[in-house]
Amino acid sequence: MLREVEKVEEKKLREAYNRYVKAKIPKTKAWPSLFNSFLVGGIICCIGQGVNDLIMLWFPSMAEQTAWAYTLIVLIFIASFLTGIGVYDKIGKFAGGGSIVPITGFSNSITSPALEFKHEGVVYGIFVKMFTVAGPVIVTGVVASFVVGVIYLFI
Amino acid sequence: MKKNQTVKFQHKPRIVGSYSIVGPKEGKGNFASYFDYVMKDDSFGENSYEKAEKKMFEHAIVGAIEDARIQPDEVNLLLAGDLLNQIISSSYSARNFDYPYLGLFGACSTMAESLAVGASLIDGGLFDNIVCVTGSHFSTAERQFRFPLELGNQRPPTSQWTVTGAGCCVLSRKGGGPKITMATFGKVVDWGIKDVNDMGAAMAPAAMDTMLAHFRDTKTSPDDYDLIVTGDLGKLGSEILIDLMEDQGVKLGLNYNDCGQMFYARNQNMLSGGSGCGCSAAVLNSYIIDKLRKGELKRVLFMPTGALMSTTATQQGESIPGICHAVVIECDEECEEKVYKKISTSTAYKTAKSNKKKEK
Repeated sequence: MLREVEKVEEKKLREAYNRYVKAKIPKTKAWPSLFNSFLVGGIICCIGQGVNDLIMLWFPSMAEQTAWAYTLIVLIFIASFLTGIGVYDKIGKFAGGGSIVPITGFSNSITSPALEFKHEGVVYGIFVKMFTVAGPVIVTGVVASFVVGVIYLFI
Repeated sequence: MKKNQTVKFQHKPRIVGSYSIVGPKEGKGNFASYFDYVMKDDSFGENSYEKAEKKMFEHAIVGAIEDARIQPDEVNLLLAGDLLNQIISSSYSARNFDYPYLGLFGACSTMAESLAVGASLIDGGLFDNIVCVTGSHFSTAERQFRFPLELGNQRPPTSQWTVTGAGCCVLSRKGGGPKITMATFGKVVDWGIKDVNDMGAAMAPAAMDTMLAHFRDTKTSPDDYDLIVTGDLGKLGSEILIDLMEDQGVKLGLNYNDCGQMFYARNQNMLSGGSGCGCSAAVLNSYIIDKLRKGELKRVLFMPTGALMSTTATQQGESIPGICHAVVIECDEECEEKVYKKISTSTAYKTAKSNKKKEK
């Protein structure tokens, strides 16, 4: 067993070591990463806008709100498909946040665990593990909207 | 006075057979020409990666026994370990062999752990031939410790790539081959690193602890070895180790390197390098033993490190404990002499071997 003095020394050593490691860790280069993120994120948004415009063009009688919903469905499908054929993770490696933040990233985060755990069976594998990555996002979204809803009620 | 952590072997158990098998990505790395077998694809003809890992183990065991030129039923004991929960790859592959089996877990240090335990058992005169096998698979490790494969996320610069590969050694009391002269059993060392993407920094203090104990117990210095090699500290971890050792007054020179750091070629862009049980196991059983047999390396200090973490513990805010075991492997005149025997096949061995043939 360590004596009290040794315990304090041990704690100091740990802190010193953590500081040393922190200083030593190579930093991610911020500007090139940001550029890639905004480039890919922007392209995804442009595709979304393009899809929306096409839908409006082909179905002029459709309400704008409905067209948005269809646009989202198309984007989600494209991302899922790209995940399935193993392309989306490569885009993600290049783009970082640029391909995570749009709805395509959300689609990817649901499709990829579903693919990963398919060997454990449909129910225990796919159904159970499908939301391991996206689950927190959904929970946070629901909780946040509840809080906002309550605030909205009183103002 | 500190207790002695090092054992010296009187009967010098020898590594009579070795076999390494790696995945396609590793087959393009720096040690490509030394590996015994490079898989054509990651799944190795199986429908899940766990099954592929298990098959790699079987493949390595059969290959090493063939390489050792002993009869399959002469093997007394199988020592195996891997990274997965309940070390399934080891146990499930041991199903197909008719050998007594001990499962080991030392995370990425398992190769040295199994060699040290195996050599001790042989030196005690209790066993004649012991098979030590370990390995890892990128896809199974990634699924267990990190994220799904197809998730589009970026890896931080300190992260390491789990090596898809397995290595197997046959230790024997008789025969020729590199001999194991000493082993230092390491302590669990934890200096409070919590970042799971920075395993090198978590394991470096353990490597320092074992290395200091080894040099103290054996009264040697880094200059007494042709090669000092750690397992998978990676680029950052090995730099930290060099710094830590310098603080302790030991200078690690050009004869020090790290398997993970050396593993992948520069153009493969593997950030901090390779990791996993397979990393040190594949390098030992290909490059290092090859060089020892040829007499190009005379004395090697092989000390893979392991991070003894689980996702549950880290999510509960625990830091990552590290461990490191060291084994000294030497080469002498008898190194290249091999005892050639006719191989007869027992049934258990035959089934494993026919599986192997099917793959080819």
